[in-house]
Amino acid sequence: MSEVAQARPPAFPSNWPARLAWLALIAYSFYAASILDVTWERFVTGIDNGIRFVGRMVPPDTDAAKLQLLAQGLYESIEIAIIASALGIVLSLPIGLLAARNLMPAWVTWPMRLFITLCRSFHQVIIAIVFVKAVGFGALAGILALTVASIGFTGKLFAEAIEEISLKQVEAIRATGAPFASVIAYGVLPQVLTRFVGFATYQVDSNLRNSTMVGMVGAGGIGGTMFAAFQRFDYDFLLTILLAIIAVIMISEALQNQIKKLYQ
Amino acid sequence: MAGTAQQAGVAPATIEVRGLTKEYRRGIPVLRDISVVFPDHGITAVIGPSGTGKSTLIRCINRLVEPTSGQVLFHGADMTRLSGRALREHRRRIGMVFQEYNLVERLTVMENVLSGRLGYLSPWQAFLRNYPPQDIAMAWELLDTVGLTPFANQRADALSGGQRQRVGIARAVMQHPDILLADEPTSSLDPKTSVEIMELLAKITASRHIPVIVNIHNVPLARRFANHVIGMAGGSVVYAGSPEGLTDDHLKQIYGGEDWLE
Amino acid sequence: MTAATGILRHEWQRYTRGERLARYALYFGVVLACVVSLRTVEIIPEFLYDAPEQVVDLLQRMWPIEWRYYPKGVHEALIETLHIATLGTLLAIVMAVPLGVLAAHNLTPNTGLNYFAKLMLVSSRSVNSLVWALLFVAIFGPGALAGTMAIAFRSIGFVGKLFGEALEDAQPGPIEALRSCGAPWLSVFIKGYWPQVEPAFWGIALFRWDISVRESAVLGLVGAGGIGMAIDSAMNLFQWERVALMLVVIFVVVLVAEVAVTAIRKRII
Repeated sequence: MSEVAQARPPAFPSNWPARLAWLALIAYSFYAASILDVTWERFVTGIDNGIRFVGRMVPPDTDAAKLQLLAQGLYESIEIAIIASALGIVLSLPIGLLAARNLMPAWVTWPMRLFITLCRSFHQVIIAIVFVKAVGFGALAGILALTVASIGFTGKLFAEAIEEISLKQVEAIRATGAPFASVIAYGVLPQVLTRFVGFATYQVDSNLRNSTMVGMVGAGGIGGTMFAAFQRFDYDFLLTILLAIIAVIMISEALQNQIKKLYQ
Repeated sequence: MAGTAQQAGVAPATIEVRGLTKEYRRGIPVLRDISVVFPDHGITAVIGPSGTGKSTLIRCINRLVEPTSGQVLFHGADMTRLSGRALREHRRRIGMVFQEYNLVERLTVMENVLSGRLGYLSPWQAFLRNYPPQDIAMAWELLDTVGLTPFANQRADALSGGQRQRVGIARAVMQHPDILLADEPTSSLDPKTSVEIMELLAKITASRHIPVIVNIHNVPLARRFANHVIGMAGGSVVYAGSPEGLTDDHLKQIYGGEDWLE
Repeated sequence: MTAATGILRHEWQRYTRGERLARYALYFGVVLACVVSLRTVEIIPEFLYDAPEQVVDLLQRMWPIEWRYYPKGVHEALIETLHIATLGTLLAIVMAVPLGVLAAHNLTPNTGLNYFAKLMLVSSRSVNSLVWALLFVAIFGPGALAGTMAIAFRSIGFVGKLFGEALEDAQPGPIEALRSCGAPWLSVFIKGYWPQVEPAFWGIALFRWDISVRESAVLGLVGAGGIGMAIDSAMNLFQWERVALMLVVIFVVVLVAEVAVTAIRKRII
């Protein structure tokens, strides 16, 4: 029996690449932690600080004047998000169409795709800083920055969705002699509409989250109020602002789910 | 004829079902007050049309489906009353083979076979793949029995349906079970492979003295391999006896209609 | 939905009345929102007309790019950014896996726990990484530790949500088989769920790492370490050629990261 057992291959062949990869990950974690000065003492002091910090934030500030400030800022952020989303979505429709390699010739799609990639590569905050420099502080910079970011995201997804459609349906509509616009409307759009609505709602949500952030560099909205509260050590107002932002985002998510159901 | 089957020559059973009822929706029972004593050797085939509760009956035995009322007696204990650790200890003595094989596709054949021992090992051992040597030896032996030794280190999704079912049977036998349940093991297989699988089950029941309860809708196959047949219709047992005693009248009662009878 | 009743109908409508009303209400609501927003948002027209000139001016100041500044001022900050992104993502994964398990209703039948876990995950996602960075700078002081924690806490929601969804999509058959063997819950997870979701898990982790690299680059703007701090100082000193250098560096790194992630994904999946 033992000779037969010895003749057997091992029951679990060792997967060396996988094991090495796991070891490398663990080793890296310790290495990076030491480089970044992530020591246990700092962590513990931090927890201490953290508890004190949370203590200063709770209970949230509900002063009437402050609440009005909050409402104004939030309102502006929502407006920025709405306009930027509308503009961005409206623009990414034609841009996405022009960038689809199965519909357009190469000399059209290449510049379009390059443009979309450029829009996508930079963080919204960086774009916001550039626009603040260009058009001054305020909501306009925020709107422009988020529009650019929206085109980068929605345009890319839209172009990819179009590239995945079945061209046979487009062919069939063309064969009826329909003009180009009708071909697009009846052959292309029905196939991508549900997905596009999905992208659009995601983008509105994303812009809403990001509009609260671009304010921190001066591009309008609640971000500015929040940063100011932070610098003044007004931590209980900060908590109020955070809770308001979370509430707005949750409401928007719920709304979006309803809208998606409408278009299914 | 519902009721306990007392046939000459059937020894005391290891599984007994008393007054078993199952309603998936209130007022619509799928199993109506079933009381059956399963024999403790050989293959018992449960036959009947789709939707008559065969699968539900089998799954109530190891409580993959919760009975609405009734008792399932195994080793003297009532399975419906057990929970947690006690339930697991009883479940690991019951092996099960599934219609869709239910292998973990990304794991190798060997890992799938050995996963039959999971009821006997701690999660830590499972994570480290620290299986006792006698388990590994038995796994190799079972792979020989089912004829899949060269496939031991291949991923389960690289195998054909018949091969996967054989892995499933090996996994079930790895548990050293007192009884083997098989829920439509051949329904997803072609006729030739179906016969091979039934022959494998017959070999196992004969060599390891493990009784097998098979859920099957192919009547000729049931007749050929079963030592004992239980026929169900409309959620009740209407026949419990030997395959020879299964007449066309019985089959008409079970399945209804004559067209499908040869 | 309109039903055929034997009479010849001369009209055809794509949607029922209720659906059409709902859609019109939606369009109307969207247009209303835009109009209201446009009217109340403060846009100073002079700034708008001035904009193209200002942008050109900015681009002129960014050229020529000060490449020589890289080794001294940029390289270390860049490496720190990458460490923040990677360590932060790793930390997030460790915390997100249990939350994802709690949020998946096939693993955790308790709906109370499901909601709790989902609430945690939504909160993590709703707060922007820059805001997390602000909070952690207040707690841990400026530097890379705050940045790492910010990335970690922001990423938990992302990873946890997608991981939970992958778990809920797992095939129930093999799980049933392992339960019928009498295996304890943890063994069922290790041998039944994990092998099924493993490719999705790595895909999610890589995807999140890619996004974290982008986000880590700007955390420095609020003092949380990385190349963002260098950008901040350069901007405050109006050294636009250096800012341009850093933007180009970020662009290249993000590009390389995307290529790397696509290559690794092909190998694992």
